Amino acid sequence: MSTEANEAPRSRGKAPAGERVADWADGRLGIYSLAKANMRKVFPDHWSFMLGEVCLYSFLIIILTGVYLTLFFHPSMNEVEYHGSYVPLQGQLMSEAFNSTLHISFDVRGGLLIRQIHHWAALIFLAGMFVHMMRVFFTGAFRKPREVNWLFGFLLFVLGMFTGFTGYSLPDDLLSGTGVRFTEGAILSMPIVGTYISFFLFGGQFPGHDFVARFYSIHILLLPGIMLGLVVAHLILVFYHKHTQFAGPGKKETNVVGMPLLPVYMAKAGGFFFLVFGVIAVIAAITQINPIWAMGPYRPDQVSTGAQPDWYMGFAEGLVRYMPGWEVNFWGHTLVLGVFIPLVLFGVVLMAIAVYPFIESWVTGDKREHHILDRPRNAPTRTAFGVAWVTVYMIGLVGGGNDLWATHFHLSINQVTWFVRIFFFAGPVIAFIATKRICLGLQRRDKEKVLHGRETGIIKRLPHGEFIEVHEPLSQEQLHTLTAHHQYEPAEIGPTVDENGVERKVKPTERLRVKLSNAYYGKDNQIPKPTVDEYKEITSGHGHH
Amino acid sequence: MKKLSARRRHPLAAVVVLLLALAATGGLYAAFAPAGKAQADETSQSLTIKEGQKLYEVGCASCHGTGGQGSSDGPSLVGVGAAAVDFQVGTGRMPASSSQMAQIPAKKPIYTQAQIDQLAAYVASLGAGPNVPTKEQYSKEGADIAKGGELFRTNCAQCHNFTGKGGALTKGKYAPSLEDVAPKHIYEAMQTGPQNMPSFPDTTMTEKNKKDIIAYLNAVNSSETENPGGLELGGLGPVSEGLFAWIFGLGALIAVAVWVAARTAKAKKS
Amino acid sequence: MSSQDIPEENLPAAQDHPHGSVSVADEETPFADPGMPPHEHRAQDIDERAAKRSERAVALLFTISMLATLGFIASYVTIPHDKSIFVFPIGHISALNFALGLTLGVALFCIGAGAVHWARTLMSDVEMVAERHPIAADPATRAQVFEDFHQGAAESGIGRRKLIRNTMFGALALVPLSGVMLLRDLGPLPHSSLRHTLWAKGKLLVNVNTNEPLRPEDVAVGSLTFAKPEGLEETDEDFQNEIAKAALMIVRLLPEDIKDKQELAWSHEGIVAFSKICTHVGCPISLYEQQTHHVLCPCHQSTFDLSDGARVIFGPAGHALPQLRIGVNDEGYLEALGDFAEPVGPAFWERG
Repeated sequence: MSTEANEAPRSRGKAPAGERVADWADGRLGIYSLAKANMRKVFPDHWSFMLGEVCLYSFLIIILTGVYLTLFFHPSMNEVEYHGSYVPLQGQLMSEAFNSTLHISFDVRGGLLIRQIHHWAALIFLAGMFVHMMRVFFTGAFRKPREVNWLFGFLLFVLGMFTGFTGYSLPDDLLSGTGVRFTEGAILSMPIVGTYISFFLFGGQFPGHDFVARFYSIHILLLPGIMLGLVVAHLILVFYHKHTQFAGPGKKETNVVGMPLLPVYMAKAGGFFFLVFGVIAVIAAITQINPIWAMGPYRPDQVSTGAQPDWYMGFAEGLVRYMPGWEVNFWGHTLVLGVFIPLVLFGVVLMAIAVYPFIESWVTGDKREHHILDRPRNAPTRTAFGVAWVTVYMIGLVGGGNDLWATHFHLSINQVTWFVRIFFFAGPVIAFIATKRICLGLQRRDKEKVLHGRETGIIKRLPHGEFIEVHEPLSQEQLHTLTAHHQYEPAEIGPTVDENGVERKVKPTERLRVKLSNAYYGKDNQIPKPTVDEYKEITSGHGHH
Repeated sequence: MKKLSARRRHPLAAVVVLLLALAATGGLYAAFAPAGKAQADETSQSLTIKEGQKLYEVGCASCHGTGGQGSSDGPSLVGVGAAAVDFQVGTGRMPASSSQMAQIPAKKPIYTQAQIDQLAAYVASLGAGPNVPTKEQYSKEGADIAKGGELFRTNCAQCHNFTGKGGALTKGKYAPSLEDVAPKHIYEAMQTGPQNMPSFPDTTMTEKNKKDIIAYLNAVNSSETENPGGLELGGLGPVSEGLFAWIFGLGALIAVAVWVAARTAKAKKS
Repeated sequence: MSSQDIPEENLPAAQDHPHGSVSVADEETPFADPGMPPHEHRAQDIDERAAKRSERAVALLFTISMLATLGFIASYVTIPHDKSIFVFPIGHISALNFALGLTLGVALFCIGAGAVHWARTLMSDVEMVAERHPIAADPATRAQVFEDFHQGAAESGIGRRKLIRNTMFGALALVPLSGVMLLRDLGPLPHSSLRHTLWAKGKLLVNVNTNEPLRPEDVAVGSLTFAKPEGLEETDEDFQNEIAKAALMIVRLLPEDIKDKQELAWSHEGIVAFSKICTHVGCPISLYEQQTHHVLCPCHQSTFDLSDGARVIFGPAGHALPQLRIGVNDEGYLEALGDFAEPVGPAFWERG
């Protein structure tokens, strides 16, 4: 309203100061072409599209609070005697790392808060990445052209796990020290090179005097540096590809429907940063995390029951806990399968989800770009695989906390362990079959809805006495949304005899691909979506129900 | 009330009233009688042992044998000492309802302290064993809390967790939480090693060591314990922290995200 | 409810005709994309009073944030860092942490809430449509790129001058080896250090609780004691490294309960000394059940039977806990009769 009045006098003289600054920058950085492309960039609105933002913001919060913590933390394993304000540890011998963490927690004003924000944000960062990754998986957002960004995200999740683990080990408390001891044991189990890697990592025998300083540079420099680069690349690709969207009226593979970056997303995304930070700050105000003073300083001959890693390593912990103690001795060597197999499995399970996009695109042979998301039910085999994978992961988490399950549900720890041993194999199979059936059931229901309309729950008595339920036909918007998905045809083995009658050899990979394709899209593995003809036939007849 | 007045002329009303009266009298007797008896018994040690023996024969002998020699249902009590009795009966673990459980849990004690003293005196008379500690032995006066913490982490935390929240043992057995356990009972447990807990006799863990441990526990696991960071989440470590981060941390953030992304309400059409 | 309550148009027969706000599917192409639905106004778009209310709400949120920041500064200055308060139902907590966290949280949250409320109620909510363009380049660009590349490659002569190419690859492949070499001094070579501990013939077993050497009569049946080798003190430079291997767990069994012959031979009057370091991944194992003689590891639940050579009876450990052979010296103290016969702690490739 008043803007016009303000601008009028300015236009006569020089451009406003803001514009002049922008001109200066454009002359040197070329920001205008960048801004032209991005200032009004459209982002679709959906709560699940903000999971990635949860990760991004918690990552920023971790960096901010982490920098603060480095101002007070001493990454040293020199033994000192404690003289701080926490009475139950006064006079105890401990490393400088532990001592300085106590100092941050008790004698730096706000230090405890920043420590707790840092740790809570780390747990939420990893949880956010997990859920974000699952959202991308179950909606098929990893398909072309986003496979590379899927891998970037996956790498961020894995690096996040190790960054978290190295950070958790820094205070050199009894709990984290036990975790580092486990790491040493796991490294020792590696055939041939294990002992050497362990000695190089710890600077000699465990625990030595070096690992805190080494983990420190890995935790604050090496891994976060790589992660920061990956985050930037991840975001550039999100901008470059433009965001995916769910099917709906007006939404096509060739467009993106939503709100502009400036002003709506600037406000919403910028505001969301503060919301995430605020929520985590409140959690850190009222909920204690990693009370290292209660655990005490690390000593290799002391331990506490309930020795668990942070949740993101719980899956690995579970694998180690339910593995039987296999050990093979031959020619003066020991193959520690009881530890080494879980170590390998840990990588294999993670890799299974990472390479999935490439397997699926090989099976479908689909070379097109995909920007409209799948509803999970419309890709039953993918969804079933994803749920099976999550099941394996969750069973690992259950196994990693087997002692707490035992004490809190009055079970035997041996029974819990046997349960997870069996369900490590049975769980994913059951989950796969059940999920696939549920997806197909939902597909059938969608088909019913399209052809017969929505059940209103209203019962009507017809003049001749028959009772029927009133079905309300769907609007065209709904019909379109429910039928917009693409259904693949199962692949077939092409003709094995060419036009000259020469027999060609069918490669085993081709056979496998056809088999998989049928498992994905063959009869009984997806419900053919209703056709226009079916719809017309039913809707043209009167008195149907 | 209407129903009651309607039925008070019922033929069986008198019988009901009589039964209620009997139950009330019996309950009152049970509540007051033992206390009165205990007061009368403070006079002589041998009388105490005799009373203890009476209680023993009624409540304990069926499993531990008439002379405390033990049976297939319960171990011998010769030489376990008064401290063991005071712990087992004082924490309600004894008398146990069955010896077939993986572990006999603590319950509300069914004997009064005076009766427990009598039982303890009787069992102690069967063979020498550790005595019930004096208040001075387990009070926190003069204890070194930090040393107690170190001892606790070396000797106790492996089963009871770093602040005594308890933990799992094999096949359904468990190390119980030490929260709200009387210092005297903790002292006795260290001395006598109840059930599967090993004992920590004075020869390997001195009286001072035990006093330090009790003082440490009082500092880190009592109703006065300070958890500067806020909610303790059970004091169980990363598992409960992880659950909290998922449910309340990520849960709250998703709730916020739903609000941020939701369509604003449209104006109602009139 | 009777059928009379249902509006006639919802009955099946009435539904063939378009009616009211329900958009009915097109006869010929019922599944086709109907296009973007028309924009509907929010209350704030058409009612200036509603817009004013939203504006005030946003301003209020920003104001609360400012007050909370002042509260943060006030808390930082006025609350002592060691003050404890009782907050129901949280418990006894640090007053400073609570106050700083809440004020900071409110200050941040209100900025976010204000910005989002502003965006949701006052900024335009007209959805925009932007076109996508294929990621892959058009054929002409593709041809140009390859042409440029081939020309560049040809000009360099890398394909023709194989000697240059191969030696360059060789040099580039070798140069990182310098970096790998530099990592060599990260630590010493293992040699046999994992095979030996401080235990040796004649070393006394020192109780870690009292720092006194143990006598057989100190160790009662059913008790649990932890020992370290004589001469190792907590203040020693390499205490952590040594105790990580030498930590010892001592229990006394009735000799007739010991099933393993070697265990009995290496014991003294039923007193047996086992390594406290789990053979799985090295946790200090010591959850000793005195009635079953089982000892459980709190980290991964490996269970060992101390009455039967400490063999593994459950869990992921691969071999029994090493036993230390003990005896009594002339002065009546328990002593080691040598080092452990096998490496303690987690197994490794060279263990054999």
